[in-house]
Amino acid sequence: MPGIGSGVEFEADGPVLELTGITKRFGETLANDGISLTLARGEVLALLGENGAGKTTLMSILFGHYTPDAGTVRVKGRTLAPGRPRAAIAAGVGMVHQHFSLAANLSVLENVMTGTESLWSWRSARADARRRLDHIATRFGLQVAPDALVADLSVGERQRVEILKALYNDADILILDEPTAVLTDQEAERLFATLRDMRAQGLSIVFISHKLDQVLAAADRITVIRGGRVVAERQAAATDKAELAELMVGRTIERPVRAASCPGATVLQARGVSVDTVLHELDFSLRAGELLGIIGVSGNGQSALGQLLCGVRRARAGTLTLFDAPFPQGDVDALVTLGVGRVPEDRGSDGAIADMSVWENAVLERASHPPFQRAGFVQADAARRHAAELIERFNVRGGGPDHRIQLLSGGNIQKLILGRSLVGEPRLLIAAQPTRGLDEGAIAAVHERLLEARANGAAVLLISEDLDEVMRLSDRIQAIVKGRLSDSIDTGQADARTLGLMMSGASIDGVTHAV
Amino acid sequence: MDIIEILATTGLWAAVLRIATPLIFGTLGALLCERAGVLNLGIEGIMTFGAMIGWLTVFQGADLWTGVAAAFAAGMVFGLLHAGMTVNLGLSQHVTGLGITLFASSVAYYLFRLAVPVAGTPPTIEPFAPIAVPLLSSVPFLGVVLSSQTAPTWLAVFTALIMGWVLFRTPLGLAIRMSGENPEAAEAQGVDPVRIRIGCVMVGSGLMAVGGAFLTLSAFNSFFPTMVQGRGWVCIALVVFASWRPGRALFGALLFALFDAYQLRLQTVLGGVVPYQLFLMVPYVLSIVALVVMARRARVPQALMKPYIKGER
Amino acid sequence: MWLALAAPLMAVLGAMILSAGLIRLAGVPALDAFGEILSNAFGSRLAITETLTRATPLMLTGLAAAVAFRARIWNIGAEGQLYIGALTVAALGTTMTGWPAAMAIPMLMLGGALAGALLLLLPLLLRLRFGVDEVVTTLLLNFIAVLFVSLMIEGALKDPMAFGWPQSMPVPIEAELPKLVERTRLHIGLLIAIVLAVLVYVLQSRTLFGLRSRAVGLNPDGARFAGVAIGRTLIVTGCLSGALAGLAGAIEVMGVKGYVTTDLSPGYGYTGILVAMLAALHPLGVVAASLFAATLFVGADGMSRALGVPTYIADVTVALSLLTMLVALFFTQYRVRR
Repeated sequence: MPGIGSGVEFEADGPVLELTGITKRFGETLANDGISLTLARGEVLALLGENGAGKTTLMSILFGHYTPDAGTVRVKGRTLAPGRPRAAIAAGVGMVHQHFSLAANLSVLENVMTGTESLWSWRSARADARRRLDHIATRFGLQVAPDALVADLSVGERQRVEILKALYNDADILILDEPTAVLTDQEAERLFATLRDMRAQGLSIVFISHKLDQVLAAADRITVIRGGRVVAERQAAATDKAELAELMVGRTIERPVRAASCPGATVLQARGVSVDTVLHELDFSLRAGELLGIIGVSGNGQSALGQLLCGVRRARAGTLTLFDAPFPQGDVDALVTLGVGRVPEDRGSDGAIADMSVWENAVLERASHPPFQRAGFVQADAARRHAAELIERFNVRGGGPDHRIQLLSGGNIQKLILGRSLVGEPRLLIAAQPTRGLDEGAIAAVHERLLEARANGAAVLLISEDLDEVMRLSDRIQAIVKGRLSDSIDTGQADARTLGLMMSGASIDGVTHAV
Repeated sequence: MDIIEILATTGLWAAVLRIATPLIFGTLGALLCERAGVLNLGIEGIMTFGAMIGWLTVFQGADLWTGVAAAFAAGMVFGLLHAGMTVNLGLSQHVTGLGITLFASSVAYYLFRLAVPVAGTPPTIEPFAPIAVPLLSSVPFLGVVLSSQTAPTWLAVFTALIMGWVLFRTPLGLAIRMSGENPEAAEAQGVDPVRIRIGCVMVGSGLMAVGGAFLTLSAFNSFFPTMVQGRGWVCIALVVFASWRPGRALFGALLFALFDAYQLRLQTVLGGVVPYQLFLMVPYVLSIVALVVMARRARVPQALMKPYIKGER
Repeated sequence: MWLALAAPLMAVLGAMILSAGLIRLAGVPALDAFGEILSNAFGSRLAITETLTRATPLMLTGLAAAVAFRARIWNIGAEGQLYIGALTVAALGTTMTGWPAAMAIPMLMLGGALAGALLLLLPLLLRLRFGVDEVVTTLLLNFIAVLFVSLMIEGALKDPMAFGWPQSMPVPIEAELPKLVERTRLHIGLLIAIVLAVLVYVLQSRTLFGLRSRAVGLNPDGARFAGVAIGRTLIVTGCLSGALAGLAGAIEVMGVKGYVTTDLSPGYGYTGILVAMLAALHPLGVVAASLFAATLFVGADGMSRALGVPTYIADVTVALSLLTMLVALFFTQYRVRR
């Protein structure tokens, strides 16, 4: 039963949380590699690292969403049973997830009360619950109207409900996963004030972030995680943004093995492009033989940008030109005919149709073009031959043209997708998160193809969360933060520090963007 | 008697309550299933089977309430079958529901035919008698209307009130609603959405079957094939119309019954001029209209029709 | 291919085992009953033609369901579309007295198909425009359609010379489908249905449209990314499905009954869904599955007279096979999926 855990006695000055040697593997990926860390009572610890570094996995293990392959978790001196959120809740651990766990159609009070009473009571003690919620809300400055529907709340308010849920269950160890990723500046400020308050009242807090400013302002101690391992620990007072940025991305950023580029004519140009409420007044341009990298943490508008350029979405304002003519927005066939290669961000849902064969997936977007179609009939043999060529040329392993594509591994599916985008010698290639979820070998293969396309004179636009990748491949870089693009800088002039700052939204030359 | 005068007859309003009763049970049953996140399209077949088994039980000598209980139990069995396939195995709720409708109906006809060989007129039983409520029956107009109702009708209204209470004022109801809105969140907070869904589909199907039993144990007194006549589908539309709230379901069922009762009487007035089929079409057309109107506005339980697989994150 | 057959075979076997239980309830040994069913369905030339005649509308409604379900259009309205197709034939037929059969028959079939297509178009548009689930709307339309038919055959299309139950004016001789076998009810509708099954198969497996339609049914997001026009594809697929169901009604009238009554169809529309699922939505499989269903229905009639097991056992077995098929698919596909 949640709510009874925190009365456990333990050594008053022992760590309130102790993770030892946590290791977790997902398929081929080693997400956590022997991570150990501690949290003292009344301490605020920040877990800093890039996307994919392993922070969320670690905290998910703590909260019981996953079971670790090795290692133990001790809460207040007692070993915690792995893999059960209820055990974590009972021990006083509360987690505020990055993607909220709320029912939009229910009220705040109902969301908080779920699971807190015996299922067979004939009456919900709502008045009592309301009082208790109010008490907690006041104590921590987290007021929300208890009868408001979650669907009507702002994002900041919804987060407050998530925090209240944890506190209602008597959590005194709070985990917050990227709490400010979706908040405005003021909301973030408010949150940190709340965290300070909580610390003063004896709660211990871990928060996961990649935002250097906030980490320095709010945390007592900072643990930097990279590639599934702890690489450093610092007291917040004893470090600065520059050092953290370098620790986060690593000292060894190899100089890219790109040949010098000789860019040609402008292929793609955007002026003041806005999409719904997600992208605002984007300016960028791209020339033939050049690779532009758009770097940003996910959730800042990359998906919309990718969809716009892949022809699945339209802009509501601004001008977008392709080969000196208006960009055929929302018209996939026109894009394919004009020679635009597209690699979508979501391989599983947009990039491939799982139950269709390799050759069908290879050919679907240009199925109406000869030689794949004649008088309305699919020329399956031509398509199969084409697919076999793709498989050969792009080293796609795991199945032949007639196999269902879902039998292939993620990396091989991505190679196929990339292959079908490149096979027509495209003049423009849009690659959105092309190496997400791939292993080292597949990543290297994708990188090789992207550079190859660039060397062949294609204009390549790369949208990525991986700083290393962007630095290695791009000629120029722009950062996307909250739907806006920074100015472009040459990669040669960029270093880890500058880029880390750009990604967190700080200005680089006097032009500020919202953090 | 003209068109307006019909509205002033006690006969009309008594009919409204009578016609509404199976709709109330069916809608409440479907509502419960959907609140937990499962669309139960087996309703037409379950109502048919409930009608048959209730009648058959009484025909074999049991009393009327045992017949109702038998229908409820049978409904629960079909509910268990549905839940086993859709909740545990995660099979398509659409196709499973349709399969159960066809299965339950045909099994109902088969068993009926086994027990009652073909004869000239179908055999009858003694149905529920109207209950004269002591104080109420002396109230003018309303008293006459209420006193011509049978026990299951009162049970239907009572069930609507109980369900309203349970769904919105008890922890169980909150757990049910959470399972239908966000089962992952429910699980993270200590609720088992799988067991909740199975339970709700079983009880909901039981209610559907009772709705069917009303047709043979109260409204009519014999069973004949296709007697449910699409009422089950009307109930599915009514759930949307009621925005998944039992109180509104009660209201919606009464409203529909009003249209239905009205058109029956209207036929005698206008019968020669307007073909009766047009009148009979009214409930179905209204159901479609209700669906369209509510499609934009309704707050659908967010996890409706999404199978919940534990551990997927 | 053998793996693909495993599921339907398991399903049929499962359904028959469960039905056997019900047959025992009637006090009859199950094997005897199944034997009687088979001999009544295939025991004589007449029996075989009856079974084939019975299978014809099932093939068409089965195709209608298979085509729709493949694109995730839940067309449960085949029954209503069938009736509308039949009614259209009755209405148009009277205007075609004197026409050569080679013209009248195709025109009437086209009319019936068109009517069926239009009837499905309404629920489909409601779904595309307003997000209304087409399962319930197509179901409700079935009742409306049958009432409409009843209205017409008691009114404008009434046959004044018929006594007893109301029925429509008969179709003219020119519009009657020629028989395949003399003095039986078997008509060329069977061939038309089989040809259509093959055409649908070719359409689905070999044409660009079929490829796109399949993509939409399997993964609308992926299809959209590849440039497939989702709305348009769904509408064309829906019209095809409705047309096939409407054609079922047209052919039933032109080939078997000759006129329309409200009991023209003993649930062909719904049985078609069962047939389609048993065939795993494969057009050629639909031919086989409809023969299976027809065997049960025709055989059960005779078996019932001989052994006393109610004819509904056929409906029960076919309905059970849908449920067992779903479970069988779960277990066979589970193996193949990663």
